[in-house]
Amino acid sequence: MTTLSQPLPTWQRFLIRNRTSLIVAVVLFVLVIIGYIRDPNVTTAVLASTVRHATPLVLGALCGLMGERAGVINIGIEGQMLMSAFIGFLANVYTGNLFLAVLAGILTGAILGALLAFMSVTLKIDQIIGGTVINILALGLTGYFYTAGLTTEGKLSMIALGPLADIPLIGPVLFNNPPITYATIVLVFLVHYLLFHTKWGLRTRAVGEHPRAADTVGINVYMMRYANVIIGGGIAGLAGAFLTLEAVGSFERAMTNGRGFVALAVMLFGKYTPIGAWGAALLFGFFSAIQTQLQFGGTIIPHQFIGMLPYLVTIIVLAGFVGRTHVPAADGVPYKKE
Amino acid sequence: MGDDQKVTSRPKFLRTVQGILTNESLWRTIAIQLVAVLLALLIGAILILLSGANPLRAYGALFQGSLGTVRAIGRTLEKATPLIFSGLAVAFAFKAGLFNIGAQGQLLFGAITSAVLGFAIKGLPPVIHIFVALFGGALAGGLYAVIPGALKAFRGASEVIVTIMLNYIAINTTDFLSDGPWKDTAAGNIVARTPQILDSARIPNLGGIPFGFFIAVLVAIFIWWLLYKTTIGFEIRTVGISPHAARYAGIKVAQTVILTMVISGLLAGMGGAVETQGVVYRYQPGFNVGLGFDGITIAMLGKTHPFGAIPAALLVGAMKAGASEMQFSSGVAKEITDVIQALILFFVAADVIVRSLLRIRERGEEVKLSSGWGKQ
Repeated sequence: MTTLSQPLPTWQRFLIRNRTSLIVAVVLFVLVIIGYIRDPNVTTAVLASTVRHATPLVLGALCGLMGERAGVINIGIEGQMLMSAFIGFLANVYTGNLFLAVLAGILTGAILGALLAFMSVTLKIDQIIGGTVINILALGLTGYFYTAGLTTEGKLSMIALGPLADIPLIGPVLFNNPPITYATIVLVFLVHYLLFHTKWGLRTRAVGEHPRAADTVGINVYMMRYANVIIGGGIAGLAGAFLTLEAVGSFERAMTNGRGFVALAVMLFGKYTPIGAWGAALLFGFFSAIQTQLQFGGTIIPHQFIGMLPYLVTIIVLAGFVGRTHVPAADGVPYKKE
Repeated sequence: MGDDQKVTSRPKFLRTVQGILTNESLWRTIAIQLVAVLLALLIGAILILLSGANPLRAYGALFQGSLGTVRAIGRTLEKATPLIFSGLAVAFAFKAGLFNIGAQGQLLFGAITSAVLGFAIKGLPPVIHIFVALFGGALAGGLYAVIPGALKAFRGASEVIVTIMLNYIAINTTDFLSDGPWKDTAAGNIVARTPQILDSARIPNLGGIPFGFFIAVLVAIFIWWLLYKTTIGFEIRTVGISPHAARYAGIKVAQTVILTMVISGLLAGMGGAVETQGVVYRYQPGFNVGLGFDGITIAMLGKTHPFGAIPAALLVGAMKAGASEMQFSSGVAKEITDVIQALILFFVAADVIVRSLLRIRERGEEVKLSSGWGKQ
């Protein structure tokens, strides 16, 4: 408390505020170095798989935090991803054009975002129910229209970024990825810039913290909420497209497997910031990558227990961190004009 | 009131019946829910048309397969039985402002526990064995629900996310148990499943009507009594309407939250047990999928009232019972019933749409679920 009279320099405040994340990052970094010295191939594989696992999670988290920064809780991310994965896959089957297929996925997510915004902003339905409607609807529609045996030309392929891709360890992990993975990294910084360095972002956060005050100074609360939830939906749609067009190459029933919900934990863990969410997603991705590695490596632990790992971590994160982050004050509260 | 109490119970009963029949807001609610179902069926018909089939034939077959014959009606009741439990589980938690999406996971633990009690305990008299396995299953579901209840009460962790994660953990755990320690060791069995339960643990059919259905109705009456006629129920409902007011009134909110989740879990667990003991006769992964999630639609369709869960479960049960017949005779995939259910949930939740169609204004008190993550 003595620091009150004498403010700390910015970098010191940064260190103190983010000490937990920094400690985790340093420990993981040391582990990676040790791992690389002992077995370069496995370490590279695990890290590359970390980035792949993290991609849909960070995209889902970006979707969630755009909505919640504007005051709309979105638990329908799972459904948005699933539906987009399906539509993106169908678009690929019938057009054979991967670019169009990705666009179809993004559009599907955005449309479901518009549906969520309609339910929670215009109709003022309880937002948890609204999100659940989207989840159940997506599960039902994809199940009904799914026909087994559809095949595609292929999936999005790796793009090596020239000489950067040849750097040991970092090259294969960061600079030799398919397009949506690159787009995700760009989106993290783009959404960060949008939320914290533009007028739009200021308005979004104002609407999420105190809609009445925002309304008084002439910000269109409904429009801001609609726009953020729809853009977020598009990002969740990209996550869905990632699953069918980049990661797997085909569609399966309920293939999202809870990623949309894990993304919410990632969002909370990242304290509602895009860069924080990216770090959190990489941590979750790391656990999933280790889990996959363990399953291949053959252990005495039954595979079902290894499979639980990401879900267990989500619960622990939620229970341990939720109280320590600032939730937008008007999160989940419908706004009624007077 | 003093004079009223002296009157014998029969006129009082008649007055209650008369009260129900002339209760305008009740009939209005029923009308709204029915229109919501009709709208969902209408959109479902459009989707069936889009996929190139005849909706009238599909719905005709759906009706025939669920209510057309005595056997079909029995099947509907059988399908509705676990749904009443999961609907009650979700509706009960709603009353305290909690959204138990984890009814599915609790139901799985209930189902596998009752299966184990059903095949492992030998030599119990039939009636006692039925209830041992039934309550054992309920207890397993209730215990599993302690986790989200306690995390919500003490850490403020959203029960929505925690219960969804626990669903995945439950699927993995029950998969492991039915493929490992409790696997059916009979010769020739290669799939993950437990042995069949003994005859003494099986819930019988009484004249084509599954006895489990009567248990479900009795439990619904008990839950109604608990919610509206006891202090506990009053406290639960107060916490649901305003945790702050409840705390101010001296209600122990944390305890009430945990208790509500546990009772909700007990109900879901009993739903799983009744399915194991009355229909499947063993635990097999994939056999109980969706029963818990259906509870959400059923609770909302039944206006989160314990008695509302019964007709709502019958409706969803009828769709499940008739789905195979529909797929067989009209070629429309079973999954359309999932779509219709989701649409029902949408129109029931978005009752503003239906109200404007019927030109009904008034809206009753509502429990709020989305209070943000962890704020109380």
